[in-house]
Amino acid sequence: MSCDQPPLKTSADLLRDRAADRPVATLSEVFSETAADGAVTGFTLANLDPAHGPLLWIMDRITRKECGIPYLAGFPREWEVIRVDVSRPVDVLWSAEQGLGTPALGGVIAEVWGDPPVLDFTATKRLALRAEANGVPCWLLRRAAQPALSAARERWRVSSLPSGNHPWDSRAPGQPHWKVELFRSRFRAPGTWVARYDAERHHMDLDPPVAQVRTPDAAAV
Amino acid sequence: MRTEDKLPVLASHRPTTPDPRAQAGGSAPETPASGFHNDSRDLIARPNLDASPGRPLPLLPEPSGERDPLARRITCLHLPRFSIERWLRIMDRQGEPVSDTLPAALAVEGRHGAVIHATTRAAEAAGIRRGARVVDMRALCPDLRVDYADLQGDRMMLQRLMLWARRWCPWTALDGAAGLVMDTTGSDHLCGGEGPMLRDMEERLSHLGLSADLATAPTHGAAWALSRLGGVRETCPPERLAERMAPLPVRALRLDGDTVLLLQRLGLKTVGDLAAVPRLSLARRFARAELERNPLLRLDQMMGRRAEPVEAPEDPPRFAVESRLPEPVEDPAPHLPALTAALCARLEAAGFGARRVVLTVYRTDGAVSRVEVAMARASREAAHILRLFEGKLEGIDPGFGFDQIALGATVAEELPRVQARLDGTGGEGTEIARLTDRLAARHGGRTVSRPRLRESHKPERRELWTAALGPAGRPARPAAQPRPLRLLEPPEEVAVLYAVPEGPPAQFVWRRRTHRVMRYAGPERIAPEWWRDRPETRLRDYYRVEDQGGRRIWLYRDGVLTDGFGRDPNWFIHGVHG
Repeated sequence: MSCDQPPLKTSADLLRDRAADRPVATLSEVFSETAADGAVTGFTLANLDPAHGPLLWIMDRITRKECGIPYLAGFPREWEVIRVDVSRPVDVLWSAEQGLGTPALGGVIAEVWGDPPVLDFTATKRLALRAEANGVPCWLLRRAAQPALSAARERWRVSSLPSGNHPWDSRAPGQPHWKVELFRSRFRAPGTWVARYDAERHHMDLDPPVAQVRTPDAAAV
Repeated sequence: MRTEDKLPVLASHRPTTPDPRAQAGGSAPETPASGFHNDSRDLIARPNLDASPGRPLPLLPEPSGERDPLARRITCLHLPRFSIERWLRIMDRQGEPVSDTLPAALAVEGRHGAVIHATTRAAEAAGIRRGARVVDMRALCPDLRVDYADLQGDRMMLQRLMLWARRWCPWTALDGAAGLVMDTTGSDHLCGGEGPMLRDMEERLSHLGLSADLATAPTHGAAWALSRLGGVRETCPPERLAERMAPLPVRALRLDGDTVLLLQRLGLKTVGDLAAVPRLSLARRFARAELERNPLLRLDQMMGRRAEPVEAPEDPPRFAVESRLPEPVEDPAPHLPALTAALCARLEAAGFGARRVVLTVYRTDGAVSRVEVAMARASREAAHILRLFEGKLEGIDPGFGFDQIALGATVAEELPRVQARLDGTGGEGTEIARLTDRLAARHGGRTVSRPRLRESHKPERRELWTAALGPAGRPARPAAQPRPLRLLEPPEEVAVLYAVPEGPPAQFVWRRRTHRVMRYAGPERIAPEWWRDRPETRLRDYYRVEDQGGRRIWLYRDGVLTDGFGRDPNWFIHGVHG
């Protein structure tokens, strides 16, 4: 009689197990390469859905000055937004926690400039647990920041790419393209994609970048 | 037996100052005039009641037990310059006072452009007339300053003034757009008689910056006429009513312009002329006319033959609870739950909810501190109100302790009992309103805002972020044209290289970084709003450009070289696309 050992799990199996009990909403962090890049805002909005409820948008003072305020005329859909203007990062975190305790919200976007000491592992863990408990997605937008220790379940780095072709005007910028890099994730394998966003349908396609696609071809040749 | 002695006396005695509520209630059809004949058909059936020409209108014989229709004392308060005085006060408070010698006027939209609504004394002296067109008056007086009248604000101020005027008598009501009517029967002796009372009213109104014409008479119609057309602070006793009214012009009867014109064409210039006409003829001529067009009914109202009680609206309810403490305490927080519960119980009993709650603590040395919280939606839930006060009480300096704590709902709204869901929890709107309250209580009411759509094609004016605790406006929607996701406030000026002055930018330096324009779309020309912008505002040519890194930026050129403003146009970055 032998007590057979359970087969050793590969890292992919572990990820798959985790992906199975992935919560509907969680804390994600988005870093931007340059401070005033609209790609971060666009990518965050592309991941949210106005049908789920109003959006709580919390900004600190420097973000408001450097990156501007949300402009609903340019949003892909009609969206209900409650904007909170605070000056200190600790107030951003407090307001975000209050918002995450309200299940009626469709999402919380918190923008923090730089690396304030209050935004540590404990603070992000609190946000992540609250978001998962109440099912409200929380997006922490970080600008001019270093990706230090954090409990965010998914951490992205987003930057703009030259846009797609405009259907009628070859000189005009067309569909937005972003380079999105998932550099830390709890539920899926990290990777880099080119995101193509269709504002008409409010839908984002993630394609592997051309460089990665070409690699097997090059190996075959 | 005293009671037996008294009873017959009471029965025959007609009270000179009857219970005012019975008349002021306005709902009682058996008020004095119902005994008199106010219906014209009724009059035709009884020709013996006709006032014979030549002698003053007789007071109708009173049936015994009825109240004297002229026993009341009605005060009319006319504010001839209400709009302009309010505007002057607002300008004064905003730190840009308007000089007395400068002609200024307020305008409202008329059928063919703006017309003058109110004028200052200086403007009146310069020949500016009410109701004339603004363009005509500008020709008459080129340095006339014209602003738009805030009619709704005036009305709200008059409402507040009506409640304020209840210091003299409990029954006050609005009377037209710039007047109040008060039933001062029996309350004039508190000020030492009618003359001192009117003087007191005039003085207190002048402290508010309002000039007023006042008069007291036995009927509303007579008081109205005397306040507008009579002497200064005139009081008219009941026995001189007919005599005093006779020389007044017919417009003193509160008739509309057409009827006044008609009466003048008929040769009836004064109230006395009209009263001399046989009632039957007047009743026949104006049988079907409404009150504002019916001289006979108006005359009857003026002379007290037809009841016109002052219909005073009820006082708005006030909600406040307080607790006096036997010993001073350092911390008011432990007393707050009981006070909040008591306040909420009172609100619930009256069917109201609080929008704004103020906690007032009185220190033993006389200092008073206040803490105020506001709510996005009326609420009477004690736990929610209590939560808003969290962390706000630490800021109060206790000194030697507090001996009195008061909690009041300064703004309350009617809140009917509703059940949003079967399980009894509030709906989604309630949750969001609660969240807004908590955020606003912590960071201040102005920091929590919602976008509101406005009628403007200028990008920065299209959306106005207003406090979420305030009234909701139209929600913002996506625009038809491509617009950026974020808007810079204010737009940032950049140095631009271009191939042609009217063409797109080729390269620009923004925040010390050089951006080369790889692709562009535009220009989209947005003209200034001439009805709102300053005259030197230039048009804008907006370009949507993409730089070498793929960043999509929205920038504009402020004007074109040939628009006549001379200067080279500057370039500004206004937004960032996603």
